[in-house]
Amino acid sequence: MALYSDKVMDHFRHPRNVGVIEDADGVGEVGNAKCGDIMKMYLKIDDDTITDVKFETFGCGSAIASSSMATELIKGKPVSEAMTLTNKAVAEALDGLPDYKMHCSVLAEEAIRNALEDYYTRHPEKRGENAEASIED
Amino acid sequence: MKIYADNAATTRMSRTAIEAMLPCLDEICGNPSSLYSEGQRAKEVIETARKEIAQIINADPKEIIFTSGGSEADNQAILSAAAIGQKSGKRHIISSAIEHHAVLHTLNKLEKLGFEITLLPVHENGMIRPDELKEAIREDTCLVTVMFANNEIGTIQPIKEIGEICRARKVLFHTDAVQAVGHLPVDVAEYHIDMLSASAHKFHGAKGVGFLYAKKGIRLSSLIEGGAQERGRRAGTENVAGIAAMAAALKESIANLDRNAARLTAIRNRLIEGLSEIPHSALNGDREKRLPSNVSFCFEGIEGESLLLLLDDKGISASSGSACTSGSLDPSHVLLAIGRVHDVAHGSLRLTPGEDTTDEEVEYIIQAVKDVVQYLRSFSPVWRDLCSGKIKHII
Ligand SMILES: Cc1ncc(COP(=O)(O)O)c(C=O)c1O
Repeated sequence: MALYSDKVMDHFRHPRNVGVIEDADGVGEVGNAKCGDIMKMYLKIDDDTITDVKFETFGCGSAIASSSMATELIKGKPVSEAMTLTNKAVAEALDGLPDYKMHCSVLAEEAIRNALEDYYTRHPEKRGENAEASIED
Repeated sequence: MKIYADNAATTRMSRTAIEAMLPCLDEICGNPSSLYSEGQRAKEVIETARKEIAQIINADPKEIIFTSGGSEADNQAILSAAAIGQKSGKRHIISSAIEHHAVLHTLNKLEKLGFEITLLPVHENGMIRPDELKEAIREDTCLVTVMFANNEIGTIQPIKEIGEICRARKVLFHTDAVQAVGHLPVDVAEYHIDMLSASAHKFHGAKGVGFLYAKKGIRLSSLIEGGAQERGRRAGTENVAGIAAMAAALKESIANLDRNAARLTAIRNRLIEGLSEIPHSALNGDREKRLPSNVSFCFEGIEGESLLLLLDDKGISASSGSACTSGSLDPSHVLLAIGRVHDVAHGSLRLTPGEDTTDEEVEYIIQAVKDVVQYLRSFSPVWRDLCSGKIKHII
């Protein structure tokens, strides 16, 4: 009986988008070492599109896999769409996580949300545009 | 390469133990409580095992009762001492902060029933101080329970000194010797041990069987009510095959004890030496007073579960005290008790190789751990902050 799905193990063993973006447009960090999980996400945004994303994670297998999957789910997507990423979508894309590991997918969602908030803080004018964009949608 | 380095979790059954077990699953098929010869043969197997085990720990066969393992023995010893204490109004128990949960959770239960529990602190090397035990003993102390050797960090407590203190103060002394029996010389008379728990699967016997030694005169309460097996102190038809295998495994372990300890100590020392080369790593527990096979480290900037999974990919079975491997949010209470902060305790690794581990395998393990730690650090935001000086190194 495996602890994790094949998808989780694949993303854990071969994490996508690992690293740092030095001139990122948004950076988000969540978690703390006390609890055993920290995720840091770096976004490059051009024309309201996430053109690049990288992550660094200190954590267990599912934390690393969740970070990796979350980056894959938002890469190349419009900012407005990335804002709607949920932890459930991350967990589902990984073919599920054990119950007591669901918080890893929550951290991934929060890390991305934080990085996007950072982007909006740096570019307050974009927030309005995107809000309108999402209303039009 | 496949290397099993988690012998503190459980061991593989020895050939000798399996062979002792087989006839009990086959031709010796009677119920030990039955009076006909088939039953009496099974009874004889159990009584022979009892005698052999008693002799090894220097006890009387009547002082040994068979249980389903270490947890049951711990529960029964502690609850029995509490029941005895209760009768004379003694409701104080002393233990240590690094006990196995089989002990700690039983003590929690007693605390809810009105017992007062004192957990002796351990010092950074994982040892309790006999002086602190002396000070903690009160008029109403009915039990001192301190483990012989710790399952996570391998420290061996000053059992003889503890036994002497308890004997002098007329307080019952129980020791969880699950990690010690079969690996270290254990003599209940010499160490003044009143009760002792052991588990067969830690010394190449089967899982689900163990024993409790209780010195003559200590009235054990039964956890399981029913028939009169084990002289009324543990109901239920005996695990004949498991008991036979336990005695065979223990005899074999004791016959090879010195040789195994020497080999394991050499393996352990080499692993400690090799892993100490990893920057910002620290050995957990006492350098000298530790089980021959126990290697326990913390590595800064990484988390234990991912370390274990990647070691597993390299064929190495090991264990960790990280929260993620325990299914709880806190890392191991043992690592916290020796003063490791949460951040560091999450990055722990326990290797408990077997005596058959080869030198080549030892070198392979060292290289594998070095590679995996370095890899995980390469994308750890904690490690980045440690390197940049944003947060301070602790180890
Ligand atoms: C120190 C200690 N006590 C108790 C136990 C429990 O033994 P068992 O698994 O036989 O119930 C273990 C093993 O996990 C142990 O290491």
